[in-house]
Amino acid sequence: MRTPIVLSVVGVGILAIPLVAPAYYVTLMLPFMAYGVVLLGLNLLFGYTGLVSFGHALFIGIGAYTGAVLTTRFGVRQMELILPTAALAAAVVAAPVGALCVRYVKIYFGMLTLAFGMVFYTFLLKFYRLTGGDEGLRMLRPSLLGSEWAGFSKTAYLIGPYYYFSLAVLALATLLMWRIVRSPFGLCLKTIRDNPLKAESLGVSVPRYRWYAFMISAVYAAVGGALLATPTGNVDPTLAYWTHSGNIIFMVLLGGFSSFFGPLLGAFVFIFLQDTVMSVFPYWRLIFGAVLAFIVIFAPGGLMGLFAQRRPVEVSRA
Amino acid sequence: MILEARDVRKLYGAYVALDGVSLSIREGEFVSIIGPNGAGKSTLINVLTGMLQPTAGIVRFKGKDIGGIGMVALTRLGMARSFQLVQIFSELTVLETLQAAVVSRLGRGARIFASLAGDRRIQDDALEVAALFNLADKAHVLTRELPQGDKKLLDVASAFALRPEIILLDEPTSGVSTGDKHAVMEILVGAAKQIGLRAIIQVEHDMDIVFGYSDRIIALHQGKVLADATPAEIQADARVVDMVVGRRRSSASERPSPYPLPGGERE
Repeated sequence: MRTPIVLSVVGVGILAIPLVAPAYYVTLMLPFMAYGVVLLGLNLLFGYTGLVSFGHALFIGIGAYTGAVLTTRFGVRQMELILPTAALAAAVVAAPVGALCVRYVKIYFGMLTLAFGMVFYTFLLKFYRLTGGDEGLRMLRPSLLGSEWAGFSKTAYLIGPYYYFSLAVLALATLLMWRIVRSPFGLCLKTIRDNPLKAESLGVSVPRYRWYAFMISAVYAAVGGALLATPTGNVDPTLAYWTHSGNIIFMVLLGGFSSFFGPLLGAFVFIFLQDTVMSVFPYWRLIFGAVLAFIVIFAPGGLMGLFAQRRPVEVSRA
Repeated sequence: MILEARDVRKLYGAYVALDGVSLSIREGEFVSIIGPNGAGKSTLINVLTGMLQPTAGIVRFKGKDIGGIGMVALTRLGMARSFQLVQIFSELTVLETLQAAVVSRLGRGARIFASLAGDRRIQDDALEVAALFNLADKAHVLTRELPQGDKKLLDVASAFALRPEIILLDEPTSGVSTGDKHAVMEILVGAAKQIGLRAIIQVEHDMDIVFGYSDRIIALHQGKVLADATPAEIQADARVVDMVVGRRRSSASERPSPYPLPGGERE
Protein backbone atom coordinates (compact mmCIF):
# COMPACT_ATOMS: atom_id res chain seq x y z
CA MET A 1 0.00 0.00 0.00
CA ARG A 2 1.29 3.41 -0.98
CA THR A 3 -1.07 5.35 1.22
CA PRO A 4 0.94 5.21 4.48
CA ILE A 5 4.10 6.32 2.67
CA VAL A 6 2.37 9.21 0.92
CA LEU A 7 0.71 10.19 4.19
CA SER A 8 3.96 10.23 6.15
CA VAL A 9 5.69 12.30 3.48
CA VAL A 10 2.79 14.77 3.38
CA GLY A 11 2.66 14.81 7.20
CA VAL A 12 6.35 15.59 7.56
CA GLY A 13 6.05 18.19 4.81
CA ILE A 14 3.20 19.98 6.55
CA LEU A 15 5.06 19.90 9.87
CA ALA A 16 8.14 21.41 8.24
CA ILE A 17 6.45 24.13 6.19
CA PRO A 18 6.66 26.88 8.88
CA LEU A 19 10.37 26.18 9.21
CA VAL A 20 11.23 26.38 5.53
CA ALA A 21 8.54 28.26 3.60
CA PRO A 22 8.07 32.04 3.40
CA ALA A 23 5.55 33.36 5.93
CA TYR A 24 3.08 34.22 3.19
CA TYR A 25 2.70 30.64 2.07
CA VAL A 26 2.51 29.43 5.63
CA THR A 27 -0.47 31.70 6.24
CA LEU A 28 -2.12 30.23 3.13
CA MET A 29 -1.94 26.84 4.82
CA LEU A 30 -4.26 28.06 7.59
CA PRO A 31 -7.41 28.34 5.46
CA PHE A 32 -6.41 25.06 3.82
CA MET A 33 -6.42 23.30 7.19
CA ALA A 34 -9.66 24.97 8.26
CA TYR A 35 -11.36 24.02 4.99
CA GLY A 36 -9.87 20.56 5.32
CA VAL A 37 -11.93 20.02 8.47
CA VAL A 38 -15.03 21.45 6.80
CA LEU A 39 -14.63 19.22 3.75
CA LEU A 40 -14.08 16.03 5.71
CA GLY A 41 -17.52 16.64 7.16
CA LEU A 42 -19.11 17.76 3.91
CA ASN A 43 -17.85 14.66 2.18
CA LEU A 44 -19.35 12.37 4.80
CA LEU A 45 -22.64 13.77 3.53
CA PHE A 46 -21.69 14.02 -0.15
CA GLY A 47 -19.34 11.16 -0.92
CA TYR A 48 -20.49 8.66 1.69
CA THR A 49 -24.21 9.35 2.11
CA GLY A 50 -25.02 10.71 -1.33
CA LEU A 51 -26.51 14.03 -0.26
CA VAL A 52 -25.32 17.34 -1.75
CA SER A 53 -25.75 20.23 0.63
CA PHE A 54 -25.80 23.68 -0.96
CA GLY A 55 -26.07 25.35 2.40
CA HIS A 56 -23.08 24.16 4.32
CA ALA A 57 -21.66 27.67 4.57
CA LEU A 58 -24.40 28.06 7.18
CA PHE A 59 -22.41 25.89 9.55
CA ILE A 60 -19.08 27.48 8.65
CA GLY A 61 -20.78 30.75 9.54
CA ILE A 62 -22.03 29.38 12.84
CA GLY A 63 -18.52 28.26 13.74
CA ALA A 64 -16.85 31.50 12.73
CA TYR A 65 -19.44 33.71 14.43
CA THR A 66 -19.29 31.58 17.58
CA GLY A 67 -15.58 32.38 17.73
CA ALA A 68 -16.08 36.08 17.01
CA VAL A 69 -18.98 36.52 19.43
CA LEU A 70 -17.21 34.63 22.21
CA THR A 71 -13.95 36.57 21.86
CA THR A 72 -15.42 40.04 21.35
CA ARG A 73 -18.63 39.94 23.35
CA PHE A 74 -17.99 37.46 26.12
CA GLY A 75 -14.27 37.69 26.62
CA VAL A 76 -13.86 33.97 26.08
CA ARG A 77 -10.48 33.63 24.39
CA GLN A 78 -9.57 29.99 24.86
CA MET A 79 -9.65 28.13 21.54
CA GLU A 80 -10.16 24.95 23.56
CA LEU A 81 -13.53 26.38 24.62
CA ILE A 82 -14.40 28.06 21.33
CA LEU A 83 -14.19 24.89 19.23
CA PRO A 84 -16.54 22.76 21.39
CA THR A 85 -18.96 25.68 21.68
CA ALA A 86 -18.96 26.06 17.89
CA ALA A 87 -19.58 22.33 17.54
CA LEU A 88 -22.42 22.46 20.03
CA ALA A 89 -24.01 25.50 18.36
CA ALA A 90 -23.87 23.74 15.01
CA ALA A 91 -25.41 20.59 16.45
CA VAL A 92 -28.24 22.58 18.01
CA VAL A 93 -29.04 24.22 14.66
CA ALA A 94 -28.40 21.10 12.58
CA ALA A 95 -30.73 18.90 14.62
CA PRO A 96 -34.01 20.49 13.47
CA VAL A 97 -32.69 21.69 10.09
CA GLY A 98 -31.31 18.25 9.33
CA ALA A 99 -34.40 16.44 10.53
CA LEU A 100 -36.40 18.44 8.01
CA CYS A 101 -33.93 18.31 5.11
CA VAL A 102 -33.18 14.57 5.19
CA ARG A 103 -36.79 13.80 4.33
CA TYR A 104 -35.94 15.06 0.87
CA VAL A 105 -33.35 13.88 -1.60
CA LYS A 106 -31.44 15.11 -4.63
CA ILE A 107 -32.22 18.63 -5.76
CA TYR A 108 -34.93 19.09 -3.11
CA PHE A 109 -32.47 18.36 -0.33
CA GLY A 110 -29.99 20.74 -1.95
CA MET A 111 -32.56 23.51 -2.32
CA LEU A 112 -33.76 23.15 1.27
CA THR A 113 -30.23 23.40 2.63
CA LEU A 114 -29.66 26.39 0.37
CA ALA A 115 -32.82 28.00 1.73
CA PHE A 116 -31.76 27.51 5.34
CA GLY A 117 -28.35 28.89 4.48
CA MET A 118 -29.93 32.03 3.05
CA VAL A 119 -32.17 32.43 6.08
CA PHE A 120 -29.09 32.38 8.29
CA TYR A 121 -27.24 34.79 5.98
CA THR A 122 -30.13 37.25 6.27
CA PHE A 123 -30.17 36.78 10.03
CA LEU A 124 -26.48 37.70 10.16
CA LEU A 125 -27.12 40.79 8.04
CA LYS A 126 -30.14 42.04 9.94
CA PHE A 127 -29.46 41.23 13.58
CA TYR A 128 -26.90 43.94 13.81
CA ARG A 129 -26.63 44.05 17.58
CA LEU A 130 -25.42 40.46 17.86
CA THR A 131 -23.70 39.97 14.52
CA GLY A 132 -22.45 43.40 13.50
CA GLY A 133 -24.54 43.30 10.30
CA ASP A 134 -22.70 43.50 7.00
CA GLU A 135 -19.55 44.73 8.67
CA GLY A 136 -19.37 41.61 10.74
CA LEU A 137 -17.35 41.08 13.87
CA ARG A 138 -13.71 40.94 14.67
CA MET A 139 -12.27 37.63 15.71
CA LEU A 140 -9.82 38.48 18.46
CA ARG A 141 -6.70 36.42 18.80
CA PRO A 142 -7.65 33.31 20.73
CA SER A 143 -5.42 31.82 23.38
CA LEU A 144 -4.00 28.39 22.69
CA LEU A 145 -3.13 25.84 25.35
CA GLY A 146 -3.69 28.47 28.02
CA SER A 147 -1.20 30.95 26.58
CA GLU A 148 -1.96 34.34 24.98
CA TRP A 149 1.32 34.18 23.03
CA ALA A 150 1.63 37.86 23.91
CA GLY A 151 5.20 38.16 22.71
CA PHE A 152 4.28 37.06 19.20
CA SER A 153 3.47 39.45 16.38
CA LYS A 154 0.31 38.71 14.44
CA THR A 155 2.18 36.86 11.72
CA ALA A 156 4.45 35.04 14.14
CA TYR A 157 1.39 33.90 16.07
CA LEU A 158 -0.35 32.65 12.92
CA ILE A 159 2.60 30.83 11.40
CA GLY A 160 3.76 29.46 14.73
CA PRO A 161 1.41 28.33 17.48
CA TYR A 162 -1.80 28.77 15.49
CA TYR A 163 -0.43 26.80 12.56
CA TYR A 164 0.39 23.82 14.73
CA PHE A 165 -2.84 24.11 16.65
CA SER A 166 -4.81 24.03 13.36
CA LEU A 167 -2.74 21.11 12.20
CA ALA A 168 -3.51 19.19 15.38
CA VAL A 169 -7.22 19.85 14.96
CA LEU A 170 -7.10 18.76 11.33
CA ALA A 171 -5.17 15.62 12.22
CA LEU A 172 -7.64 14.71 14.94
CA ALA A 173 -10.60 15.44 12.66
CA THR A 174 -9.05 13.28 9.94
CA LEU A 175 -8.40 10.42 12.31
CA LEU A 176 -11.95 10.48 13.66
CA MET A 177 -13.44 10.66 10.17
CA TRP A 178 -11.19 7.82 9.03
CA ARG A 179 -12.69 5.72 11.80
CA ILE A 180 -16.23 6.86 11.05
CA VAL A 181 -16.17 5.84 7.39
CA ARG A 182 -14.71 2.44 8.31
CA SER A 183 -17.21 1.73 11.06
CA PRO A 184 -20.44 -0.24 10.87
CA PHE A 185 -22.10 3.18 10.89
CA GLY A 186 -20.08 4.24 7.84
CA LEU A 187 -21.14 1.10 6.00
CA CYS A 188 -24.79 1.93 6.67
CA LEU A 189 -24.23 5.39 5.15
CA LYS A 190 -22.73 3.84 2.02
CA THR A 191 -25.71 1.52 1.59
CA ILE A 192 -27.97 4.57 1.71
CA ARG A 193 -25.83 6.37 -0.86
CA ASP A 194 -25.99 3.42 -3.25
CA ASN A 195 -29.59 2.31 -2.84
CA PRO A 196 -31.95 3.72 -0.19
CA LEU A 197 -34.73 1.25 -1.03
CA LYS A 198 -32.46 -1.74 -0.57
CA ALA A 199 -30.97 -0.19 2.58
CA GLU A 200 -34.44 0.09 4.09
CA SER A 201 -35.20 -3.50 3.19
CA LEU A 202 -32.10 -4.52 5.15
CA GLY A 203 -33.40 -2.62 8.16
CA VAL A 204 -31.27 0.52 7.80
CA SER A 205 -33.42 3.49 8.73
CA VAL A 206 -32.60 5.89 5.91
CA PRO A 207 -33.84 9.18 7.42
CA ARG A 208 -32.20 8.47 10.76
CA TYR A 209 -28.77 7.72 9.32
CA ARG A 210 -28.98 10.67 6.97
CA TRP A 211 -29.74 12.81 9.98
CA TYR A 212 -26.74 11.48 11.89
CA ALA A 213 -24.50 12.18 8.89
CA PHE A 214 -25.95 15.67 8.58
CA MET A 215 -25.24 16.40 12.24
CA ILE A 216 -21.66 15.15 12.06
CA SER A 217 -20.96 17.13 8.92
CA ALA A 218 -22.45 20.27 10.46
CA VAL A 219 -20.23 19.89 13.52
CA TYR A 220 -17.17 19.47 11.29
CA ALA A 221 -18.13 22.55 9.27
CA ALA A 222 -18.49 24.63 12.43
CA VAL A 223 -15.15 23.53 13.85
CA GLY A 224 -13.55 24.35 10.50
CA GLY A 225 -15.38 27.69 10.47
CA ALA A 226 -14.08 28.58 13.92
CA LEU A 227 -10.54 27.69 12.80
CA LEU A 228 -10.99 29.84 9.71
CA ALA A 229 -12.09 32.89 11.71
CA THR A 230 -8.67 33.62 13.21
CA PRO A 231 -6.63 33.97 9.99
CA THR A 232 -9.60 35.75 8.38
CA GLY A 233 -9.60 38.25 11.26
CA ASN A 234 -12.96 39.74 10.47
CA VAL A 235 -16.00 37.49 10.35
CA ASP A 236 -18.73 38.75 8.04
CA PRO A 237 -21.95 37.37 6.50
CA THR A 238 -20.29 36.40 3.20
CA LEU A 239 -18.91 33.40 5.12
CA ALA A 240 -22.47 32.08 5.21
CA TYR A 241 -23.41 33.19 1.70
CA TRP A 242 -24.42 30.54 -0.79
CA THR A 243 -21.46 31.15 -3.10
CA HIS A 244 -19.29 30.03 -0.21
CA SER A 245 -21.29 26.78 -0.09
CA GLY A 246 -20.61 26.53 -3.80
CA ASN A 247 -16.88 26.99 -3.25
CA ILE A 248 -16.62 24.13 -0.82
CA ILE A 249 -18.56 21.83 -3.14
CA PHE A 250 -16.11 22.87 -5.85
CA MET A 251 -13.21 21.90 -3.59
CA VAL A 252 -14.75 18.47 -3.02
CA LEU A 253 -15.28 17.94 -6.75
CA LEU A 254 -11.80 19.22 -7.52
CA GLY A 255 -10.16 16.74 -5.19
CA GLY A 256 -12.59 13.88 -5.78
CA PHE A 257 -15.51 12.93 -3.56
CA SER A 258 -15.09 9.18 -3.91
CA SER A 259 -11.73 9.26 -2.20
CA PHE A 260 -11.22 9.85 1.51
CA PHE A 261 -8.36 12.31 1.02
CA GLY A 262 -9.74 13.80 -2.19
CA PRO A 263 -11.49 16.73 -0.49
CA LEU A 264 -8.31 17.62 1.44
CA LEU A 265 -6.35 17.69 -1.79
CA GLY A 266 -9.15 19.74 -3.32
CA ALA A 267 -8.96 22.31 -0.53
CA PHE A 268 -5.20 22.57 -0.89
CA VAL A 269 -5.24 23.00 -4.66
CA PHE A 270 -8.16 25.43 -4.50
CA ILE A 271 -6.48 27.73 -1.98
CA PHE A 272 -3.13 27.83 -3.72
CA LEU A 273 -4.57 27.97 -7.22
CA GLN A 274 -6.87 30.80 -6.22
CA ASP A 275 -3.92 32.69 -4.76
CA THR A 276 -1.76 32.15 -7.84
CA VAL A 277 -4.46 32.97 -10.37
CA MET A 278 -5.61 36.04 -8.45
CA SER A 279 -2.11 37.46 -8.40
CA VAL A 280 -1.79 37.39 -12.18
CA PHE A 281 -5.38 37.66 -13.39
CA PRO A 282 -8.20 39.43 -11.56
CA TYR A 283 -11.01 37.32 -13.01
CA TRP A 284 -10.10 34.15 -11.17
CA ARG A 285 -13.67 32.88 -11.28
CA LEU A 286 -13.39 32.68 -15.04
CA ILE A 287 -10.48 30.28 -14.74
CA PHE A 288 -12.14 28.31 -11.96
CA GLY A 289 -15.32 27.96 -13.95
CA ALA A 290 -13.33 26.45 -16.80
CA VAL A 291 -11.54 24.12 -14.37
CA LEU A 292 -14.86 23.00 -12.89
CA ALA A 293 -16.31 22.31 -16.34
CA PHE A 294 -13.19 20.33 -17.24
CA ILE A 295 -13.40 18.24 -14.09
CA VAL A 296 -17.08 17.43 -14.46
CA ILE A 297 -16.66 16.40 -18.08
CA PHE A 298 -13.25 14.76 -18.20
CA ALA A 299 -12.35 13.85 -14.64
CA PRO A 300 -15.46 13.13 -12.61
CA GLY A 301 -13.24 11.43 -10.06
CA GLY A 302 -11.40 14.70 -9.43
CA LEU A 303 -7.64 14.97 -8.99
CA MET A 304 -7.59 11.83 -6.85
CA GLY A 305 -9.39 10.01 -9.62
CA LEU A 306 -6.51 10.89 -11.95
CA PHE A 307 -3.94 9.48 -9.54
CA ALA A 308 -5.70 6.45 -8.20
CA GLN A 309 -5.82 3.54 -10.59
CA ARG A 310 -8.95 2.15 -9.00
CA ARG A 311 -10.77 2.06 -5.74
CA PRO A 312 -8.64 -0.22 -3.58
CA VAL A 313 -10.38 -3.34 -2.41
CA GLU A 314 -11.00 -2.95 1.25
CA VAL A 315 -9.39 -5.66 3.27
CA SER A 316 -12.06 -6.91 5.56
CA ARG A 317 -10.25 -9.84 7.07
CA ALA A 318 -7.04 -9.61 8.95
CA MET B 1 -49.68 -19.45 11.77
CA ILE B 2 -46.88 -16.97 11.07
CA LEU B 3 -48.34 -14.54 8.59
CA GLU B 4 -51.95 -13.92 7.74
CA ALA B 5 -54.02 -11.49 5.74
CA ARG B 6 -57.74 -11.03 6.40
CA ASP B 7 -60.03 -9.49 3.79
CA VAL B 8 -57.30 -7.16 2.58
CA ARG B 9 -58.41 -4.52 0.13
CA LYS B 10 -56.11 -2.03 -1.52
CA LEU B 11 -57.46 0.75 -3.67
CA TYR B 12 -55.48 3.19 -5.79
CA GLY B 13 -58.09 5.87 -6.31
CA ALA B 14 -60.94 4.04 -7.95
CA TYR B 15 -58.75 1.15 -9.08
CA VAL B 16 -59.11 -1.95 -6.95
CA ALA B 17 -55.72 -3.68 -6.77
CA LEU B 18 -56.64 -6.12 -4.01
CA ASP B 19 -60.26 -7.05 -3.50
CA GLY B 20 -60.67 -8.95 -0.26
CA VAL B 21 -57.60 -11.17 -0.12
CA SER B 22 -57.28 -13.62 2.74
CA LEU B 23 -54.40 -15.99 3.17
CA SER B 24 -52.33 -17.57 5.87
CA ILE B 25 -48.79 -18.88 5.93
CA ARG B 26 -47.95 -21.69 8.31
CA GLU B 27 -44.74 -22.96 9.84
CA GLY B 28 -42.41 -24.67 7.38
CA GLU B 29 -44.29 -23.76 4.24
CA PHE B 30 -42.98 -22.75 0.84
CA VAL B 31 -45.82 -20.79 -0.75
CA SER B 32 -45.90 -19.43 -4.27
CA ILE B 33 -48.13 -16.59 -5.35
CA ILE B 34 -48.96 -16.71 -9.04
CA GLY B 35 -51.19 -14.73 -11.34
CA PRO B 36 -51.21 -12.82 -14.60
CA ASN B 37 -49.87 -9.27 -14.86
CA GLY B 38 -52.12 -6.87 -13.02
CA ALA B 39 -53.52 -9.57 -10.74
CA GLY B 40 -52.23 -7.67 -7.71
CA LYS B 41 -49.16 -9.75 -6.85
CA SER B 42 -46.82 -6.82 -6.32
CA THR B 43 -49.38 -4.93 -4.31
CA LEU B 44 -49.94 -8.01 -2.17
CA ILE B 45 -46.20 -8.37 -1.51
CA ASN B 46 -45.97 -4.71 -0.59
CA VAL B 47 -48.91 -5.02 1.78
CA LEU B 48 -47.50 -8.19 3.33
CA THR B 49 -44.13 -6.51 3.90
CA GLY B 50 -45.61 -3.46 5.57
CA MET B 51 -44.63 -1.11 2.76
CA LEU B 52 -48.25 -0.34 1.99
CA GLN B 53 -51.12 0.25 4.35
CA PRO B 54 -54.13 -1.79 3.24
CA THR B 55 -57.26 0.27 2.53
CA ALA B 56 -59.27 -2.27 4.51
CA GLY B 57 -58.57 -5.54 6.23
CA ILE B 58 -55.67 -6.56 8.41
CA VAL B 59 -52.24 -8.12 7.99
CA ARG B 60 -50.72 -9.91 10.96
CA PHE B 61 -47.20 -11.21 11.38
CA LYS B 62 -46.73 -13.40 14.45
CA GLY B 63 -50.03 -12.01 15.71
CA LYS B 64 -48.99 -8.36 15.34
CA ASP B 65 -50.72 -5.95 13.01
CA ILE B 66 -48.08 -4.84 10.49
CA GLY B 67 -50.17 -2.77 8.08
CA GLY B 68 -47.90 -0.02 6.71
CA ILE B 69 -45.32 -0.23 9.51
CA GLY B 70 -42.52 -0.12 6.95
CA MET B 71 -39.64 -2.38 6.06
CA VAL B 72 -37.24 -1.23 8.75
CA ALA B 73 -39.63 -2.14 11.54
CA LEU B 74 -40.53 -5.38 9.82
CA THR B 75 -36.94 -6.56 9.55
CA ARG B 76 -36.71 -6.11 13.33
CA LEU B 77 -39.74 -8.37 13.72
CA GLY B 78 -38.10 -11.04 11.59
CA MET B 79 -39.31 -10.61 8.02
CA ALA B 80 -37.11 -9.94 5.01
CA ARG B 81 -37.73 -9.48 1.32
CA SER B 82 -36.00 -9.32 -2.02
CA PHE B 83 -37.09 -7.40 -5.07
CA GLN B 84 -38.31 -8.21 -8.53
CA LEU B 85 -35.94 -5.68 -10.10
CA VAL B 86 -32.57 -6.54 -8.63
CA GLN B 87 -31.52 -4.10 -5.91
CA ILE B 88 -27.83 -3.83 -5.14
CA PHE B 89 -25.27 -1.47 -3.66
CA SER B 90 -23.22 -0.87 -6.78
CA GLU B 91 -20.12 0.62 -5.10
CA LEU B 92 -19.93 -1.96 -2.31
CA THR B 93 -18.35 -5.37 -2.53
CA VAL B 94 -20.30 -8.58 -2.14
CA LEU B 95 -18.99 -8.98 1.39
CA GLU B 96 -19.75 -5.39 2.36
CA THR B 97 -23.32 -5.87 1.16
CA LEU B 98 -23.73 -8.90 3.39
CA GLN B 99 -21.96 -7.13 6.25
CA ALA B 100 -24.49 -4.31 6.01
CA ALA B 101 -27.29 -6.80 6.59
CA VAL B 102 -25.43 -8.34 9.52
CA VAL B 103 -24.74 -4.90 11.03
CA SER B 104 -28.43 -4.16 10.79
CA ARG B 105 -29.45 -7.49 12.32
CA LEU B 106 -27.05 -7.11 15.24
CA GLY B 107 -28.16 -3.51 15.76
CA ARG B 108 -24.58 -2.26 15.48
CA GLY B 109 -25.23 0.53 12.97
CA ALA B 110 -24.81 3.23 15.60
CA ARG B 111 -21.23 2.16 16.33
CA ILE B 112 -19.69 5.28 14.86
CA PHE B 113 -16.06 4.81 15.86
CA ALA B 114 -15.88 1.01 15.96
CA SER B 115 -13.86 -0.83 13.36
CA LEU B 116 -15.92 -2.80 10.89
CA ALA B 117 -12.95 -4.86 9.78
CA GLY B 118 -12.14 -5.63 13.41
CA ASP B 119 -15.62 -6.88 14.26
CA ARG B 120 -15.20 -10.65 14.10
CA ARG B 121 -18.88 -11.36 14.51
CA ILE B 122 -19.88 -9.22 11.54
CA GLN B 123 -17.04 -10.56 9.39
CA ASP B 124 -17.76 -14.21 10.16
CA ASP B 125 -21.52 -13.99 9.75
CA ALA B 126 -21.19 -12.22 6.41
CA LEU B 127 -18.66 -14.76 5.14
CA GLU B 128 -20.90 -17.58 6.25
CA VAL B 129 -23.79 -16.27 4.17
CA ALA B 130 -21.47 -15.65 1.22
CA ALA B 131 -20.44 -19.31 1.40
CA LEU B 132 -24.06 -20.47 1.62
CA PHE B 133 -24.80 -18.67 -1.64
CA ASN B 134 -21.63 -19.72 -3.48
CA LEU B 135 -20.42 -16.14 -3.41
CA ALA B 136 -17.38 -16.66 -1.17
CA ASP B 137 -14.84 -16.51 -3.98
CA LYS B 138 -16.38 -13.25 -5.18
CA ALA B 139 -16.48 -11.72 -1.70
CA HIS B 140 -14.26 -8.80 -2.64
CA VAL B 141 -15.74 -8.11 -6.06
CA LEU B 142 -17.61 -4.84 -6.50
CA THR B 143 -21.29 -5.61 -6.81
CA ARG B 144 -21.70 -3.63 -10.02
CA GLU B 145 -19.11 -5.85 -11.68
CA LEU B 146 -21.01 -9.06 -10.93
CA PRO B 147 -22.85 -10.90 -13.68
CA GLN B 148 -26.61 -10.38 -13.59
CA GLY B 149 -27.36 -13.77 -12.05
CA ASP B 150 -24.96 -13.16 -9.15
CA LYS B 151 -26.48 -9.74 -8.53
CA LYS B 152 -29.84 -11.41 -8.14
CA LEU B 153 -28.35 -14.03 -5.87
CA LEU B 154 -26.70 -11.35 -3.73
CA ASP B 155 -29.97 -9.46 -3.44
CA VAL B 156 -31.55 -12.60 -2.02
CA ALA B 157 -28.47 -13.51 0.04
CA SER B 158 -28.44 -10.15 1.78
CA ALA B 159 -32.07 -10.69 2.78
CA PHE B 160 -31.05 -14.09 4.18
CA ALA B 161 -28.19 -12.45 6.07
CA LEU B 162 -30.82 -10.77 8.23
CA ARG B 163 -31.63 -14.30 9.43
CA PRO B 164 -35.33 -13.63 9.20
CA GLU B 165 -38.04 -16.04 10.27
CA ILE B 166 -39.90 -15.55 7.04
CA ILE B 167 -38.80 -14.26 3.68
CA LEU B 168 -40.73 -12.88 0.71
CA LEU B 169 -39.05 -13.24 -2.63
CA ASP B 170 -40.42 -11.21 -5.49
CA GLU B 171 -39.53 -13.27 -8.56
CA PRO B 172 -36.26 -14.73 -7.24
CA THR B 173 -35.32 -16.14 -10.64
CA SER B 174 -36.40 -13.30 -12.92
CA GLY B 175 -33.49 -12.23 -15.07
CA VAL B 176 -31.78 -15.56 -14.48
CA SER B 177 -31.36 -17.75 -17.55
CA THR B 178 -33.57 -20.81 -17.79
CA GLY B 179 -30.61 -23.10 -17.32
CA ASP B 180 -29.64 -21.48 -14.03
CA LYS B 181 -33.04 -21.14 -12.43
CA HIS B 182 -33.03 -24.51 -10.75
CA ALA B 183 -29.49 -24.02 -9.51
CA VAL B 184 -30.52 -20.70 -7.95
CA MET B 185 -33.54 -22.33 -6.32
CA GLU B 186 -31.45 -25.19 -4.95
CA ILE B 187 -29.04 -22.70 -3.34
CA LEU B 188 -31.95 -20.78 -1.95
CA VAL B 189 -33.78 -23.75 -0.48
CA GLY B 190 -30.54 -25.11 0.97
CA ALA B 191 -29.75 -21.75 2.58
CA ALA B 192 -33.27 -21.58 3.99
CA LYS B 193 -32.73 -24.91 5.75
CA GLN B 194 -29.33 -23.78 7.05
CA ILE B 195 -30.56 -20.60 8.66
CA GLY B 196 -33.80 -22.18 9.88
CA LEU B 197 -36.33 -20.12 7.96
CA ARG B 198 -39.86 -20.77 9.14
CA ALA B 199 -41.50 -20.00 5.80
CA ILE B 200 -40.80 -18.75 2.28
CA ILE B 201 -43.22 -16.86 0.10
CA GLN B 202 -42.35 -16.21 -3.48
CA VAL B 203 -44.01 -14.50 -6.40
CA GLU B 204 -42.98 -16.34 -9.53
CA HIS B 205 -43.88 -16.57 -13.18
CA ASP B 206 -41.86 -19.61 -14.08
CA MET B 207 -44.27 -22.51 -13.63
CA ASP B 208 -41.48 -25.11 -13.51
CA ILE B 209 -40.13 -23.33 -10.45
CA VAL B 210 -43.57 -22.82 -8.95
CA PHE B 211 -44.63 -26.44 -9.30
CA GLY B 212 -41.18 -27.79 -8.51
CA TYR B 213 -40.72 -26.15 -5.11
CA SER B 214 -44.05 -25.07 -3.61
CA ASP B 215 -45.95 -26.74 -0.82
CA ARG B 216 -48.88 -24.56 -1.66
CA ILE B 217 -49.85 -22.22 -4.48
CA ILE B 218 -52.03 -19.16 -4.19
CA ALA B 219 -53.40 -17.99 -7.53
CA LEU B 220 -54.46 -14.36 -7.78
CA HIS B 221 -56.74 -13.01 -10.43
CA GLN B 222 -58.03 -9.45 -10.63
CA GLY B 223 -57.22 -8.77 -7.02
CA LYS B 224 -58.91 -11.87 -5.68
CA VAL B 225 -57.72 -15.28 -4.58
CA LEU B 226 -58.74 -17.61 -7.37
CA ALA B 227 -57.29 -20.71 -5.78
CA ASP B 228 -55.28 -21.65 -2.70
CA ALA B 229 -54.22 -25.28 -2.87
CA THR B 230 -51.42 -27.79 -3.30
CA PRO B 231 -49.61 -27.96 -6.64
CA ALA B 232 -51.41 -31.21 -7.52
CA GLU B 233 -54.80 -29.69 -6.86
CA ILE B 234 -53.94 -26.55 -8.80
CA GLN B 235 -52.86 -28.64 -11.76
CA ALA B 236 -56.17 -30.46 -11.69
CA ASP B 237 -58.16 -27.24 -11.57
CA ALA B 238 -59.01 -26.46 -15.21
CA ARG B 239 -60.16 -22.95 -14.36
CA VAL B 240 -56.84 -21.97 -12.76
CA VAL B 241 -54.83 -23.66 -15.47
CA ASP B 242 -56.76 -21.68 -18.07
CA MET B 243 -56.61 -18.31 -16.38
CA VAL B 244 -53.25 -18.34 -14.64
CA VAL B 245 -50.97 -21.29 -15.25
CA GLY B 246 -51.41 -21.54 -19.00
CA ARG B 247 -51.84 -24.57 -21.20
CA ARG B 248 -48.19 -24.79 -22.17
CA ARG B 249 -47.32 -26.16 -18.78
CA SER B 250 -49.06 -29.46 -19.46
CA SER B 251 -46.81 -30.10 -22.45
CA ALA B 252 -43.58 -29.00 -20.85
CA SER B 253 -42.24 -31.88 -18.87
CA GLU B 254 -40.18 -31.37 -15.77
CA ARG B 255 -36.60 -31.62 -16.76
CA PRO B 256 -33.64 -30.97 -14.57
CA SER B 257 -31.29 -28.23 -15.64
CA PRO B 258 -28.54 -29.51 -17.91
CA TYR B 259 -26.24 -26.72 -16.75
CA PRO B 260 -24.45 -26.18 -13.51
CA LEU B 261 -24.38 -22.58 -12.27
CA PRO B 262 -21.73 -20.84 -14.35
CA GLY B 263 -20.24 -17.53 -13.46
CA GLY B 264 -20.78 -16.04 -16.89
CA GLU B 265 -23.12 -13.29 -17.97
CA ARG B 266 -26.74 -14.30 -17.99
CA GLU B 267 -29.80 -12.86 -19.59
